[in-house]
Amino acid sequence: MVANGSEDGTRPAEAGRVPSGSTLPGAGATVADGAPLLRLRGISKNFGPVQALIGVDLDIPAGQVTALVGDNGAGKSTLIKTVAGIWPPSSGDILWNGRPVHIHSPRDATNLGIAAVYQDLALCDNLDIVQNMLLGHEKQRFGLLDEVSMELTAKQTLTDLRVTTVRSVRQPVGSLSGGQRQAVAVAKAVMQEAKLVIMDEPTAALGVSQTELVLSLVTQLASTGHAVLVISHNLNDVFQVADRIAVLYLGRLVAVGPAAEFDRQSAVDLMTTGVSTRMGNGSGGERTGSPGLSSGSED
Amino acid sequence: MSAGDSGEQARDQQASEEQAGSVAVASEAEASEQVAAEVALASAPDVLAGSLGEYTRIWLRRVRNGESGALPVIIGLIAIGAYFQISQHAFLSAANIANLMAQAGWIIAIAMAQAFVLLLGEIDLSVGYNAAVGATITFWMLAVRNPFPTWVAILAGLAVCGAIAAIEALIIVWLRIPSFVVTLAGLLGLSGVLLWLFEKTGSVGLGGVISDTGFKSGFVNDLVFGNLPPAVGWIALAAVVVLSGAFLITRDQRRRAHGLVAPPLSVTILKLAVMAAIGVVLVLVLNVNRSKGVTPLQGVPWVVPIVLGLLVVTSVLLGRTRFGRYMYAVGGNPEAARRAGINLARIRVLAFTCGGVMAGVTGILYASNLGSISNDFDGGQYVLYSVAGAVIGGVSLFGGRGRMLGAVLGGFVVAVIYNGVDLLGLGAAAQYIWTAIVLLAAVTLDSLARRNSTTR
Repeated sequence: MVANGSEDGTRPAEAGRVPSGSTLPGAGATVADGAPLLRLRGISKNFGPVQALIGVDLDIPAGQVTALVGDNGAGKSTLIKTVAGIWPPSSGDILWNGRPVHIHSPRDATNLGIAAVYQDLALCDNLDIVQNMLLGHEKQRFGLLDEVSMELTAKQTLTDLRVTTVRSVRQPVGSLSGGQRQAVAVAKAVMQEAKLVIMDEPTAALGVSQTELVLSLVTQLASTGHAVLVISHNLNDVFQVADRIAVLYLGRLVAVGPAAEFDRQSAVDLMTTGVSTRMGNGSGGERTGSPGLSSGSED
Repeated sequence: MSAGDSGEQARDQQASEEQAGSVAVASEAEASEQVAAEVALASAPDVLAGSLGEYTRIWLRRVRNGESGALPVIIGLIAIGAYFQISQHAFLSAANIANLMAQAGWIIAIAMAQAFVLLLGEIDLSVGYNAAVGATITFWMLAVRNPFPTWVAILAGLAVCGAIAAIEALIIVWLRIPSFVVTLAGLLGLSGVLLWLFEKTGSVGLGGVISDTGFKSGFVNDLVFGNLPPAVGWIALAAVVVLSGAFLITRDQRRRAHGLVAPPLSVTILKLAVMAAIGVVLVLVLNVNRSKGVTPLQGVPWVVPIVLGLLVVTSVLLGRTRFGRYMYAVGGNPEAARRAGINLARIRVLAFTCGGVMAGVTGILYASNLGSISNDFDGGQYVLYSVAGAVIGGVSLFGGRGRMLGAVLGGFVVAVIYNGVDLLGLGAAAQYIWTAIVLLAAVTLDSLARRNSTTR
């Protein structure tokens, strides 16, 4: 029942891009396939006396899915909102392509190529898929909207992401299923030249087939070279798609490493207590998942 | 989904997986059946159908599911028209149809003015008095001893109306006050401005009325009462049909050339044929000599091509420009529009301004129809016509849904009631009650249909 083996089972084609080495925060280590797209160094965030994030070090490499897990109040949303420019960190550095950047507003984030897809998706139900995907970036011809070229662009992007369940790109978004809406929101982000796509609980409130649709979309995003940061409560989903897992516990990053080094029990332990006996000592913000302790894929 | 301890979480997940497993079997069995129906329901038949038969099938399914577009308005229009015709045979006479067109002009224009604002999910209660103020300015400029050129006076009236609406919108946007309140203040304030303007006109507006009888140019009067020569009516109709045909067919060809779905040619031809047939009947009836005297009175009134021209311009603005697209986006989901980088304040101010200019058009058509503008203009009543017209035509009160064609048809329904009840000699009481019933019926039909069609 425990779906730990899905890493190998469901995506043999992408097995090659799963890095073998782990990232040790603070040690300056990088993943196997080059420098990460986004590096967070010592990110802290206070809301008055409340410390929401404490010295978070996290690397987000391109072409991989990084899952950010943690219990309620662990600081997941605070962290992604810091990256997406909703608010600046209280202290710490953000490096984009190795260059220090200051992200003060969502527009700064968008300009860098960071797109966040929040749970509300921000779609106009009354507009169709093409109109939503190109909203704010319409193409014109003789001063009027060029529907043909916009429809072709939208279709191409959906094809690239292998979103095939949508039969007509001219149906209003209000008539789509939850998974399809998520797909449109992601496609919209991708179309606007996003290099890092942040998804907040993309599978929450979705049925099984809809969840599959979204998860395959996440995989597809990574295989087209995007960095993907996914927040999820659902460990099934996490183990199915994540290349790397980062665990937050009460504002601290207690573990980060390749997904293969975690199993369900160690992830649950880390999320709920900040330590895992199955992964060795996990106390404090220093600990990361160490190679060799994973339960592997028995099935 | 979060759990206090790991054991509980694991149990949760196991339970949810088992539950999910059974749901999956059911949902996949239904899925294939539903997909076709859902898609057909959701998309315009234009983009799915390959043939006339398929087109009709999809269209019928959409009608059953409440996505019927202009159909209820047209059916309602036919029903109301039939009732009036049975009750009073003069209703469909050439003279009355010409009269109906003259009356309908300003009612349609005011419904279009309101539609601009309703599409954003806002409302403009001041359109009525705004129209009157604009018309008063225009008539004043034409009635003074050394009158301004007609076009200057008309542009000035339209500009004043646009500016008033823009100021209201700026207050709404800057102070973040609901449009209902700001434009309610506008309604009161502008009715005062109207009285004040008439005080200032002195001898021009003596007795609170500025009549167009003294105008040097008959242009303003002709806007509603001028007629196209019969031959010109036919030529104009032919031109409209040929141009729309050329437009539709080249558009569809371009879509097909790029591998996109386009409506079948048979559907396009059918649409054009229906359009041409309505046009032929209208021109035929309006070209009948309506005069009981010696000088002939015949031809299509100017107001018909004027309203059609306004419909084309506003439809292109809403449907084919960025501004129009952003209006729908702001009306549908302001937060999504904001995140897409759309300047909400700018779109709101521009949309109110467009509505204001349209109110200016209303005022001039109204004054042209009456031959005068007076300070007892009932702006409060006409605002209600504007909302009724737009909503009857399918423009949603909650923003983001509706088309200008709907506002035109809805405004025409209000005008037909206005005209028909007048013809039956039932007076104002019946007229208000009829309008109310039709409005209520339209909204009920709309909301019932939408409720049935909601899938999520």
